[in-house]
Amino acid sequence: MSYVPIKGGGQAIAGAAAVTEFLRTEQALHQPNAQALDLQTIQFQLRHLVDRVISEGGVYHPELAALSIKQSLGDTLEAAFSLRAWRSTRPRLCATPALDTSKMRVIRRISAAFKDIPGGQMLGATPDYALRLLRMELINESDATFQHYAKEWLKQSNPTATTPMSFPKVISALRADGLLPALEADRTAQAFDITREPLIFPVSRSATLATMARAETGSLLALAYSNMRGYGDVHPTVAELRVGYVPIMLPHAVTGELIEAGEVLVTECEVIAMYEAQSDAKPVFTLGYGACLGHNEVKAISMAILDRALQKGKKDGPTNPSEDAEFVLLHIDGVDSMGFASHYKMPHYVTFQSDLDRLRTAQQQEACT
Amino acid sequence: MNAQLNPAVKTAYNFGFLDEYAKKEIRRVTLKAICIPGYQVPYASREMPMGRGFGTGGLQLSLALIGQQEQVKVIDQGSDDSVNAVNLRQFIEMTCPGIDTTTRTQDATLIQSRHRIPEQPLTEQQILVLQVPYPDPLVIVEPSEDKRKVMHGEADYSRLLVKLYEDIVQFNEITISHRYPTKINQHYVIDPSPIPRWDVPKLHQSKALILFGAGREKKIYAVPPFTHAEPLAFEDQPFRVENFDDASGQRRACVRCGCQDSFLDEFTQETGQKIYQCSDSDWCEQQLARRSESGNS
Repeated sequence: MSYVPIKGGGQAIAGAAAVTEFLRTEQALHQPNAQALDLQTIQFQLRHLVDRVISEGGVYHPELAALSIKQSLGDTLEAAFSLRAWRSTRPRLCATPALDTSKMRVIRRISAAFKDIPGGQMLGATPDYALRLLRMELINESDATFQHYAKEWLKQSNPTATTPMSFPKVISALRADGLLPALEADRTAQAFDITREPLIFPVSRSATLATMARAETGSLLALAYSNMRGYGDVHPTVAELRVGYVPIMLPHAVTGELIEAGEVLVTECEVIAMYEAQSDAKPVFTLGYGACLGHNEVKAISMAILDRALQKGKKDGPTNPSEDAEFVLLHIDGVDSMGFASHYKMPHYVTFQSDLDRLRTAQQQEACT
Repeated sequence: MNAQLNPAVKTAYNFGFLDEYAKKEIRRVTLKAICIPGYQVPYASREMPMGRGFGTGGLQLSLALIGQQEQVKVIDQGSDDSVNAVNLRQFIEMTCPGIDTTTRTQDATLIQSRHRIPEQPLTEQQILVLQVPYPDPLVIVEPSEDKRKVMHGEADYSRLLVKLYEDIVQFNEITISHRYPTKINQHYVIDPSPIPRWDVPKLHQSKALILFGAGREKKIYAVPPFTHAEPLAFEDQPFRVENFDDASGQRRACVRCGCQDSFLDEFTQETGQKIYQCSDSDWCEQQLARRSESGNS
């Protein structure tokens, strides 16, 4: 009598791992001198990919992000996932006070609100105005050309130019002019740590921002885009978007004095939206804030728009998905959503058997009537 | 540019993978869940190195509870050897050195399972951990968690009962096949995880502690030992488990061990003929061994 085998799962898993490793190394079959990707190459030449994985993985570790990209064969969701899983085994040793982004060592800084801003616009590295024409010359780029460029570029740039290391924030000026709401009086509140506390709705703005800062870029963009197109009414103006290195200040273990422990690359964006009538004061603009680890402008802008949308939803009740905190915050995490989408590939024999039972019974009931 | 990794530290994970703070948090949440039967206690679910939806909630419970002397059994779809069960068991063996694993239900002190409760009745000495994709039975009638929380607090399950009623009007039958809403200790209604209806009666007055872990949704809840568990139904429409009778009304038997009172998986053979086999592979093995023993004696 034949029966269905119930053994073999272990070998199947080992086989799947082996064939995946084959794919990673397959190039050597065709090019005997092929070399494994080294992490430095990934960190420097695929830096936006590394930044994305750092931000979605939720830990600033460019080297491990590069490793994660290498072992996942470039799958961003998988790479962010492995990095996040590593991160979740690390204990929390201490927390920094709020970082001061006006101290950012800026590599790019723009404002869409003003032609001229205190400190000036600084375009920096951006594809915004590049023609998206394929650069065919890179297909067979020679080592010599590659190794030459950066050196020459540095020689031509003017080392005596007095570019300041940091710039004032655009919104500081607007706030001084009374065009933005005043800062909250109590600014000592502890940040909500989403890695240590569950979200219980309604959640604080701190929890909202932390959840979005770790969100999957595409998910955040899709929800923000729905608001931009018409399922919402933020109509934002980018007051400032800045990218650069922010010093991380940690309290000294003995003296408690703040010392600089290093710096992290951060993208930060403030959007300004139309003013609202206030019952007890003159009307002012409203503000949305976005910031994430790494250089990821689309993510920071999307986050700022959603922050503004969610503030409105909290105040007046949500009228669109992007204004509903539960809808936004519970559907933007890449690790959660990709995991759940993938889990449908697992066996569901038992539940499907149960479904069959219900359908057959319902069919019988129908036949009887 | 980067913190240098110490190679010796790279692979050194704590016993049970999670750090002790995380385990402590999960144990405290578990105690709360036991104190309020059926209540979904939120917790800061950690990311595990397998996909959300693959049992990360159950796994965090298991890892927080496993001690050095543990005898662990892991099953998925009733089988110890399905890919996901193997994967989880290997991970537990790797991160909890010194513990024992077993496939024999009666030998296990802690059982992690997806979609099944073992056929073999559990005892006071055992803990069953179930993996949960959707912790809240109200999600089918109310998408907002905030609103659901209020409904649970007020034990307001009227919309769920209306859904069951509408089923009867439309199909003359309650169509919920698995994840059958079950009232615990006469207050909170739980989603008992995607176990078939066949397994739901095993929750009632269970001798073993039954814990539910939803990693992605970040909730833990419990059916403590000897607790009332009652599937939602109506007086004139009683709760019914899956029917395995053939066309002539005869209860089908497992093609392998001959058991006539287990949950069966259905297979279609190449000839088009359908055969049935125990879903619980350990149960099937033990029935088979018992049958061959009595056959030999």
